[in-house]
Amino acid sequence: MKHLLAAHDLSLDEAILILDTASQMAATQSREIKKLPTLRGRTVVNLFFEDSTRTRISFETAAKRLSADVINFSAKGSSVSKGESLKDTALTLHAMGADAVVVRHWASGAPYQLAHAGWLDAAVLNAGDGTHAHPTQALLDAFTIRRHLVGRRGGRRGGRHGGAGGDGVGADLKGLRIAIVGDVLHSRVARSNVRLLHTLGAEVTLVAPPTLLPIGIEAWPCATSYDLDETLARWHPDAVMMLRVQRERMSGGAGAFFPSPLEYARRYGLDQRRLALLPEHAIVLHPGPMNRGLEISAAAADSPRSVIVEQVANGVAVRMAALYLLLAGGSSAEGTL
Amino acid sequence: MPAYLLKDVSPLGESPVDVLLADGVIGALGAPGTVDAPAGAVVVDAAEHVLLPGLVDLHTHLREPGREDTETVESGTRAAAAGGFTAVHAMANTSPVADTAGVVEQVWRLGQEAGWVDVHPVGAVTVGLDGERLSELGAMAESKARVRVFSDDGKCVHDPVLMRRALEYVKAFDGVVAQHAQEPRLTEGAQMHEGIVSAQIGLAGWPAVAEEAIIARDVLLAEHVGSRLHVCHLSTRGSVEIVRWAKARGIDVTAEVTPHHLVLTDELARGYDPAFKVNPPLRTADDVAAVREGLADGTIDIVATDHAPHAREDKDCEWGAAAFGMTGLETALGVVQQTMVDTGRLTWADVARVLSAAPARIGRIDEHHGRPIAVGEPANLVLVDPAATRAVDGGAQQTASANTPFQGRELPGRVVATFLRGRATVLGGTPVPAEGAG
Repeated sequence: MKHLLAAHDLSLDEAILILDTASQMAATQSREIKKLPTLRGRTVVNLFFEDSTRTRISFETAAKRLSADVINFSAKGSSVSKGESLKDTALTLHAMGADAVVVRHWASGAPYQLAHAGWLDAAVLNAGDGTHAHPTQALLDAFTIRRHLVGRRGGRRGGRHGGAGGDGVGADLKGLRIAIVGDVLHSRVARSNVRLLHTLGAEVTLVAPPTLLPIGIEAWPCATSYDLDETLARWHPDAVMMLRVQRERMSGGAGAFFPSPLEYARRYGLDQRRLALLPEHAIVLHPGPMNRGLEISAAAADSPRSVIVEQVANGVAVRMAALYLLLAGGSSAEGTL
Repeated sequence: MPAYLLKDVSPLGESPVDVLLADGVIGALGAPGTVDAPAGAVVVDAAEHVLLPGLVDLHTHLREPGREDTETVESGTRAAAAGGFTAVHAMANTSPVADTAGVVEQVWRLGQEAGWVDVHPVGAVTVGLDGERLSELGAMAESKARVRVFSDDGKCVHDPVLMRRALEYVKAFDGVVAQHAQEPRLTEGAQMHEGIVSAQIGLAGWPAVAEEAIIARDVLLAEHVGSRLHVCHLSTRGSVEIVRWAKARGIDVTAEVTPHHLVLTDELARGYDPAFKVNPPLRTADDVAAVREGLADGTIDIVATDHAPHAREDKDCEWGAAAFGMTGLETALGVVQQTMVDTGRLTWADVARVLSAAPARIGRIDEHHGRPIAVGEPANLVLVDPAATRAVDGGAQQTASANTPFQGRELPGRVVATFLRGRATVLGGTPVPAEGAG
């Protein structure tokens, strides 16, 4: 792996390698000294063309825990208010000798261009691009799901390796059922999750109002539903992932994607009643930040089934794994940790 | 200006003859060896070469006035000559917009001065392309530029009442409204064709229905008011079917397809290379098949380039920030040969129809362009070597901009010579400036 651009690009073995490496990284994070010397002397640039404090901090923490030098480069600007061009920024980072560039961009495909246009020879990690992909989010979601539903007892279906370790190390997600609920149309998280979960052998159902499912979705390796109650009650998902609904999707008059926040919450929000429809072992995920009261009620967000806070911690471990595998190379993290 | 004797040339791909070009017209035409070259005539060995009427582009962006950094009338028309054209219609979305007699006369005059092809300015339908009130269409029609084609291309005349008025009004001077069919609300923020690829790669979709709905409305409006309508760069199967239906119904509609829509598909967006970003967007393989069928059966009347030069910085950037459009004047004939002639869908006589006679007729310049190859006709001609092949290199083209979607592709055919009223604007594949051209 030279870059991490989209979940689409990951083979089953690569995905499991990242998850297993993340398990090792997570284990180091319970030590008193959390910092590893692995990437000492390497430079990681966080290049953010779009605000995202959470993702930036997660990558920054991951890089620092691996002893890399971290440079935060905030290059806000859009097609409307152009600042420095992507190309000039890339040439600058190249000249400065960046080893890895973590890029968040409002434009779908910008990380792909950074990796392939010949402007830069650093490893490129996609930290979310437009409505395209967010592979580390999908990896941390898969890591969290595996930890809860494969690694621990009570996992209903289990992975391909019966004797998986504490975090489900070595296992895929075969047979697990994951419902992803909400604004799929604009969601890079949903796109990456569908791809990665499919690669890992899980079954996915996307649940959304028809206006928030893209035309062309029939080619995606998943099922779709307009009815959250039926999906929860009849399909018995092992995990439910709630997607953030952007406030601007509700405005815009005739262009709004649904009639009102109340109607959305009634039809697609995860509340106490719907939580009770889930199987005993099922978990609730959300990539954050949440709109409490819209796509998820406070009761659901704070319930024991919710693994939302744990997702954040796992995000650091997964990003450490990704940086480690891209920059330190090698097929195994053994011996260096 | 010397006379030219084209020896053993195949007019429209038919049996070889000798053709003499003298005094701006076709002076003689006869069996090989029967036409004498006058003293001083240049003899061109044109065996195995095809002679076509000079190509006519109904849809060119020359960018002048306003964006001379990307193209000028001079560079754009030189590119046109190199591509085998003898006339182009220059679209109105310049800065200032070509919405007055003054601007269209300026563009027309710049074309005359450059001397590469006849430049026929297109007039904007609405003031400033704002879609709110009609430009002084009559003044443009009566100007020296004698405008007959009116278009807000780049934007759709989406207000149905305004479109109706425009269709009706231009009847007074035998004009035509060339519609850029794009329902604006359905395409807000649109980046590429809406379908399987856009869903996967996360670019906002430009649905086929946004084109088809406007075409359906406009053919019915044209029928209602008894006007003629031209549909620019039609790109979907549905659009072909609507135009086919309209023609069967007797509606006076003509339609064009671009070379790129004859061959490229939305799959090319997967690499996020803005060279493939264009409006209307590249569609699916099924749409490509449909526009080829439509062109072959006459539903689509013409091929027009929608030549759209852009500055490098407007293509060397994120897809979402990049400009729409691709150059086309120097690749059009090769693409048509590859997709339509070499596949047996069109003869060279058909090529002369779709790239010369029909666009000349739509633009009402058919007294001088798109003529038969016969004695006494104006010597507006292009000589093509169909057996040659070439690799496209955007940087090496005559156009001032390098944004070709065919970079590195092999295209068949080569324009050997272009003649404008008997003057060789291109000879041996190389542009020849007019004496005294500025």
